[in-house]
Amino acid sequence: MNDTLQALIPQTRRDILRMVHKVNSGHPGASLGCTEFFIALYHKIMHLKPGFDMNGIGEDLFFLSNGHISPIFYSTLARRGYFPVAELSTFRLLNSRLQGHPGTHEGLPGIRVASGSLGQGMSVAIGAALSKKLNKDDRLVFSLHGDGELQEGQNWEAIMYAAGNQVDNLIATIDYNGQQIDGATDTVLPLGDLKGKFEAFGWEVLTIKEGNNIDAILHGLERAKAKTGNGKPICVLLHTVMGHGVDFMMHTHAWHGKAPNNEQLKIALNQNPETLGDY
Amino acid sequence: MKKYTYTEQKDTRSGFGAGLTELGRTNPKVVALCADLVGSLKMQGFIDENPDRFFQIGIAEANMMGIAAGLTIGDKIPFTGTFANFSTGRVYDQIRQSIAYSGKNVKICASHAGITLGEDGATHQILEDIGMMKMLPGMVVINPCDYNQTKAATLAIADYEGPVYLRFGRPVIPVFTPSDAPFHIGKAVMLNEGTDVTIVATGHLVWEALLAGEALEKIGISAEIINIHTIKPLDKEAIIASVQKTGCVVSCEEHNCLGGLGESIARVLALEHPTPQEFVATQDTFGESGTPKQLMEKYGLDSIAIIKAVQKVLERI
Repeated sequence: MNDTLQALIPQTRRDILRMVHKVNSGHPGASLGCTEFFIALYHKIMHLKPGFDMNGIGEDLFFLSNGHISPIFYSTLARRGYFPVAELSTFRLLNSRLQGHPGTHEGLPGIRVASGSLGQGMSVAIGAALSKKLNKDDRLVFSLHGDGELQEGQNWEAIMYAAGNQVDNLIATIDYNGQQIDGATDTVLPLGDLKGKFEAFGWEVLTIKEGNNIDAILHGLERAKAKTGNGKPICVLLHTVMGHGVDFMMHTHAWHGKAPNNEQLKIALNQNPETLGDY
Repeated sequence: MKKYTYTEQKDTRSGFGAGLTELGRTNPKVVALCADLVGSLKMQGFIDENPDRFFQIGIAEANMMGIAAGLTIGDKIPFTGTFANFSTGRVYDQIRQSIAYSGKNVKICASHAGITLGEDGATHQILEDIGMMKMLPGMVVINPCDYNQTKAATLAIADYEGPVYLRFGRPVIPVFTPSDAPFHIGKAVMLNEGTDVTIVATGHLVWEALLAGEALEKIGISAEIINIHTIKPLDKEAIIASVQKTGCVVSCEEHNCLGGLGESIARVLALEHPTPQEFVATQDTFGESGTPKQLMEKYGLDSIAIIKAVQKVLERI
């Protein structure tokens, strides 16, 4: 891991915490849990063209299906240069391009479809992957889904389709943190043997056990890329800790959709020192 | 009364199929998706000539709408095909978020709309789809009247950038629009100029409106008959201009009176030219099994119902 990625980790977590604190709303838990994944994806794994165009021909694409973790998506896009970092201060405010859940309606660069109503992103990612095949574009499509989100039935339509039609230019990552709004997924609605389920549908499944270790993520995603083009869609089960990087937010669903107060923010920021400059 | 004749009867869904086949030859961006109803949607012609641009999704309409949205990323123009019921109500949230709110250039092509689906009964006879689709910001809603117009509409929506709901049906009905008639989205078609009453009809009810017009002429009532193939955006200028002349209007549609063309017309007139109006539409009810003709009669959607509505609205002036 190089120094830039190392520096981005606490800075991104500061962005997330400050964004949700300012408007006293938003979803810090899984945003913090997916911080290393987004940084690895956007700064190392994906081949990206400069600038932004909707069609994204000749570059890798990413779709966020669990749109409520918009804070990590916005921070990543801003710090990757899609829009000014200063704009993060407008998160969830009236007339902002940074809506509570991501959308294309306000024209924020880097977003290709709206998400928030859960379970739709995998279908969209498959469509984009099929478009790439028609265009003889050998770049890849990445997507991220919550584990609780897999309770939505549309996912399983998509999972069946992708395997049945050899959509092998798709790498769908599951944020396997075991938590959702009402509690642990095992108590709300158990997912069962997720690896076995994806495999039974005909997917290639990789597991990243240390989903908050950026080296492990980089290694795992490189392995996933190496497995594309072999007739099977790729699933990455990314074991993360919801709220990672802020000790009192970890290992609980309590911070799924709750912002810290002033005192809590101070403690949380102290655990994530400023490295690249706050927005 | 201008005389409309026909030499053949065809289903509007075949007009869609013919249009899609032509698009397969003329527009390489067009791709098609179907949820296990290729025969019903008449998509085989496109598939035979463009197998690489067709996606059989299986019985998974939600997935189909999402995949269609994704295909636009990469500059494809997806046409989805299934029954109107499964094209709208079943997948409303997918259309709302992944297509409409996301501004995707998807053409939702819906066959077997309305009660004339017939014997399959109410589970398949959607009478609420126009309402659902017209309420989505940015969605264009089109309901053409015969085979030729459906084919022309299919070609026209490929050249329009943005989400479109194209609604057509199963029964064979007279083909009376010219095969070379231009199709302009959002532009009403004046079928017959008249002075006593305005009849605004869409879809299968347009032919019934023409039959009603002929019968009304025989009893001395001059009906102006307008074909509204585009319910959204509505050609309000055409409607207002007509009612300024006639002073009353009857709206005709194979759809619930709540949420359909009639309510769109009523809104325009309430705002700009309050006018007595009668609604030929289903009256907040589900359908049932029967032949299309039996159902049109029972649910008050045929020329006789239009004539009665005209007589009623004339009494209100």
